[in-house]
Amino acid sequence: MNEIALRMLWGDRAKYLGLVFGITFATLLMSQQVSIFIGLMARTASTIVDVREADLWVMDPQVQYIDEVKALPDKQLTRVRGVPGVEWAVPFFKGLGVVRAPGGVMQQVIIHGVDDATLVGRPPKMIHGRWEDLRQPNAMIVDRAGWEFTWPGEPFEAGRVVEINDRRVVIVGLAEASPPFVTFPVVFTRYTEALRISPGERNRMSFVLVRTAGGEDAKVLARRIADRTGLQALTGREFEWRAINHYLRRTGIPINFGITVVLGFIVGAAVAGQTFYLFVVENLRQFGALKAIGVTNLQLLGMVLLQAMLVGFIGFSIGIGLCALFFALTSDMTHLRGFVLHWQVVAATAAAVLLILALSSLASLRKVVILDPAIVFRS
Amino acid sequence: MTSSIAVSTRGIVKDFRTGDSTARVLHGIDIDLNPGELTMLVGPSGCGKTTLLSIITGILTPTAGSVSIFGTDIGALSDSKKVAFRRHRLGFIFQQYNLLPALTAAENASLPLVAAGSPLQAAARAAAAILERIGMGAHLDKTPAQLSGGQQQRVAIARAMVHGPCLVVCDEPTAALDAQTGLAVMDSLREIALDTGRAVLVVTHDTRIFNYADRIVTMNDGHIESDQPTGGIYR
Repeated sequence: MNEIALRMLWGDRAKYLGLVFGITFATLLMSQQVSIFIGLMARTASTIVDVREADLWVMDPQVQYIDEVKALPDKQLTRVRGVPGVEWAVPFFKGLGVVRAPGGVMQQVIIHGVDDATLVGRPPKMIHGRWEDLRQPNAMIVDRAGWEFTWPGEPFEAGRVVEINDRRVVIVGLAEASPPFVTFPVVFTRYTEALRISPGERNRMSFVLVRTAGGEDAKVLARRIADRTGLQALTGREFEWRAINHYLRRTGIPINFGITVVLGFIVGAAVAGQTFYLFVVENLRQFGALKAIGVTNLQLLGMVLLQAMLVGFIGFSIGIGLCALFFALTSDMTHLRGFVLHWQVVAATAAAVLLILALSSLASLRKVVILDPAIVFRS
Repeated sequence: MTSSIAVSTRGIVKDFRTGDSTARVLHGIDIDLNPGELTMLVGPSGCGKTTLLSIITGILTPTAGSVSIFGTDIGALSDSKKVAFRRHRLGFIFQQYNLLPALTAAENASLPLVAAGSPLQAAARAAAAILERIGMGAHLDKTPAQLSGGQQQRVAIARAMVHGPCLVVCDEPTAALDAQTGLAVMDSLREIALDTGRAVLVVTHDTRIFNYADRIVTMNDGHIESDQPTGGIYR
């Protein structure tokens, strides 16, 4: 009976396409919006993700998340270094500046000041140049967005000179930094250089980056640092979630995306459910005839479920394919980089589509099960 | 098929409850159908013909009484066995044909075999042989939308016959057809359905086809009013 079920489905082309469209739409909307949401949330912790050498971030106890910096006095670096279990501790600067290029182009940027001696705090990947070039006087490395916003369409060229906060700096390299939540470019310079070009308060050190000594548990060391210095110490993972949770709690982003995802689900369920119900209702006499001639309820349920599963599979495949295509096409766009379709999103969307199909076919299945085959004897 | 009686009903009573009231639509129906005979069940609308047909085929359960088809007591069968009995032993022809629009004539005619587990293509080949016998050989691959009403009803006849049932029931098989087409359909039905091991029961209002009957059972208000052989007018 499976082949007959499929022929019935394909025979009603308009409803078949309507069902596939409904599922495709719901799949695309849910998977794309959830992926963008996850990408945005990941961006809130981009700085933390890029600093791979440190196990702990030490900061003022009042700091809520990475973009809320309350600078520390320099002496705190020495205190942290004195805590047993700390292999090394280095300063890290995070601030904002305005870049002005010779052509007059101005662009606000995020400045990361990495440790002068070890360059700890740099992102892992260079596109052009070497990290060691940061040791040159007034040197600065920009990320891809920084270069493209300042010199759009031009190939990278080391040695270009710009001003940051009216201080002259020389661009010596191009790095691949994780895109931040705000769309500002990220520039990297030595810690002392960052202090030179950033006007500021008496205290200038944003964070202390710490590596645990061999065998030391990072969380245990974090508690010890907090006890001995009165500062706040978090593992990279904890700090990432601190940032994500802040944006989840304090902004309308999750609600907006949540509404879109729920709407995608509801519209998909409504379109698929209504179309599928109509499809079954319009074929009720045929189902009745099949029942009369001895087709069992189980066979009919199998037919209806096969039809639902097939349109679900096709619609889901097209929707996920379109979503993947969207991210593939936008992966090279600087302002959209970092957004990807995670397998967990694919799995969750598949579960949502299954739920849509279950809801859609439930009413139809009931209609078929309680159908009186005597319906076919009524003209 | 050891019984000499194809269908035997005894004391069939059927009540329908509507709210607090109960309406009795069949009042103790006794009827015997013989193998090799085409019996017509006639009577005014609402007299209980379709209800009796539904009970004989096991679709409805009588309030009282029994139905036996070639010795099988339908009332004693479980629901699933009734469905299986219908699938293997009964053939149905409906007024509205009830063909599946997406299937070809041969595939539609093969449905009882497919329901019993045969692959569609093999079942369609078996159905094609029957369709050719009733002059539908040139239309095997056409869908219902490409067939006239008479041709669709012939496909329905083939569907009712493809699995070799012992009882064929027809509900107003010519009601949706013009006179000439209706007679042609009845020719096909008699030619293919009547067999010594099979009975045919036709519920109809259509007086134009009475000549095709071996017996005419007339119902009125839930009772058998008359049960008369036609004397083989058709033959």
